[in-house]
Amino acid sequence: MNLVVLMRMVPDVVEELEIAPDGKSLDQEALRLIVSESDDHALEEALLLKERYGGRVTVVAPEAPEVADVLYTAAAKGADRVIQLRGVEPGLGVAAMAEACAAALSAIPDLLPADLVLTGAQSIEDLDGLVAPLVAHRLGWPYLGVVTAVSEVSNGTATVIKEFQAGYRGEFQVSLPAVLGVQAAEKPPRYVPVAKVRAAMKATRIEEFEAPQPVPEPLQDVTIVALAKPEATGRAEMLEGSVEEVAGKLCELLAERGLL
Amino acid sequence: MAGNIWVVADQWQGRLTDITFEALALGREVADAFKVPLEAVLLGHGCASLAEELGCADNVIYAEHPALAEPVPETHARALAELAQQRQPRAIVIPATNTNWGANTLLAAQLGVPGLNFVVDLKAVDGALEARCVLYGGKIQVRVQPRKEPAVIGLWPGARPADQGRSERKPSVEQAPVSLAAEPKVRLKRYIEPEAGEVDLTRQDILVAVGRGIQSKDNLELAEELARALGGEICGSRPVVDQGWLPLSRQIGKSGLTVKPKLYLALGISGAPEHVEGMKGSSLIVAVNTDPQAPIFNIAHYGVVADALELAPALAEAVRARKG
Ligand SMILES: Cc1cc2nc3c(=O)[nH]c(=O)nc-3n(C[C@H](O)[C@H](O)[C@H](O)COP(=O)(O)OP(=O)(O)OC[C@H]3O[C@@H](n4cnc5c(N)ncnc54)[C@H](O)[C@@H]3O)c2cc1C
Ligand SMILES: Nc1ncnc2c1ncn2[C@@H]1O[C@H](COP(=O)(O)O)[C@@H](O)[C@H]1O
Repeated sequence: MNLVVLMRMVPDVVEELEIAPDGKSLDQEALRLIVSESDDHALEEALLLKERYGGRVTVVAPEAPEVADVLYTAAAKGADRVIQLRGVEPGLGVAAMAEACAAALSAIPDLLPADLVLTGAQSIEDLDGLVAPLVAHRLGWPYLGVVTAVSEVSNGTATVIKEFQAGYRGEFQVSLPAVLGVQAAEKPPRYVPVAKVRAAMKATRIEEFEAPQPVPEPLQDVTIVALAKPEATGRAEMLEGSVEEVAGKLCELLAERGLL
Repeated sequence: MAGNIWVVADQWQGRLTDITFEALALGREVADAFKVPLEAVLLGHGCASLAEELGCADNVIYAEHPALAEPVPETHARALAELAQQRQPRAIVIPATNTNWGANTLLAAQLGVPGLNFVVDLKAVDGALEARCVLYGGKIQVRVQPRKEPAVIGLWPGARPADQGRSERKPSVEQAPVSLAAEPKVRLKRYIEPEAGEVDLTRQDILVAVGRGIQSKDNLELAEELARALGGEICGSRPVVDQGWLPLSRQIGKSGLTVKPKLYLALGISGAPEHVEGMKGSSLIVAVNTDPQAPIFNIAHYGVVADALELAPALAEAVRARKG
């Protein structure tokens, strides 16, 4: 199987997010980036499929700080080819980035035809669309999202499981090639020891590829009015003190409500 | 007909979902502000009777086709694109549920217009449509104005009370043919029922919920101990289930269960919108998180900035002492 995984870096929300002075973007300086969580699951699912059906896994990621680490880690986990895409602006929204990636997929030598393009079901900054359906639309391939498993890959189709709600799932038949938005891989993303990543850094060459021109503008069809942190109204009453004091206060609260 | 506000009805197991009515309530306000009709769009096969419940709208556009019986976002997006091209609405509001995940983006791509995600509110500002979106797991809100019509709006749960979008009135219903020329390349083979959990979490008074902040499977014991002391049950957020620390039957949120216990005690849960939609109706929400900026504190009634691994045993101890 020929599997392509699209991955990208997003702000780590464990850190405090600062709004830039223009009020319309995040202060890029203050951001720490990590790989988008469901993209990591997309990679894991691709690696599982390669183990099951054979083939190769190529990871494509737009240029960003720390993205090299992610690509070397992917190589250490078993990706055969890792490619950094240059010329795509980071920031709010993903439609322009998805367009650029779709154009690049068709332009990168020896990449297509592929059986599947896998990427995350959603990222925390998908303001103007989701990457998977946008790429599917551009390539003219079928799409399915919130995917948690892929099996029975044969004769140009695959069985794909997607999550509905309340624990219900659906089993779908999808014609290949297709683009999948992966929510969670069949297993948690594998751990790879630092030594193996170091070895991959020596053995792997990250290919650089310039995004085909013209690169679409980020957020071309929407105007950002303003960014804000959620209003403090409705904020929780905070309980202060040592852990024991807080535990005592909580007990009082629960007892008052007849919950103890 | 051009310039109307559309709300796409969302169905699950043959019934209209609550978010459909939330979307109608919101759509009503927007349509009134622009002084245009509100139209509900119902897609499916043999589901005409559902139109009767959509009386909050002035008119129901009912597109019937065998292929629309399947919950395939691509097929639904193609039908909506056909209808929108003929009728040119101003905005198309699509409930962002797992069932039609991606349909709003596909529709926007087909129409060449912006498709907004994570929308929690929509209004008319100086004659323009303005959406409020929640990004970064709930940490940032963005006000945006789509610059092309129809604007495709992926609406999140909770924008308005569902009851506000229910009506006894019978709307006019208009059959709208769709051709869906191409054969679908995605087909539903079957639904897979949830694995039966040992307990019905939706009937519990007290739930202790753990998130990624619990850090390891071994630490789960601390939360279980607390749940036992309180006489409640344990549940969790998606990452905890993805790690295999808890079964899917105990996941709360968009893909999991919706619960409304008397007490929801969230340990190490950030409060991402997909989690919040499953528990925001709880009578009392207490959140424990090391991050004072965690969005969960925006919906919790009481908050504690502390290490859940320390607070859980201390609280269990205090509860046991009090119960005697
Ligand atoms: C289509 C779709 C469906 C989804 N469905 C669901 C769903 O059904 N349910 C669901 O939950 N999510 C769902 N998600 C995922 C959701 O977006 C979030 O990723 C998830 O809710 C985050 O879980 P979390 O809060 O446990 O983890 P995180 O967001 O990583 O938060 C962990 C929190 O723990 C805190 N913390 C760390 N250490 C400690 C400590 N020692 N003590 C106290 N606090 C600590 C951190 O400050 C942080 O706030 C869905 C996503 C998509 C795209
Ligand atoms: N003390 C913590 N504060 C905030 N997040 C944490 C903490 N511990 C663990 N996490 C989250 O849990 C994830 C996995 O933790 P670990 O396995 O310790 O790297 C991290 O990526 C964090 O998002």
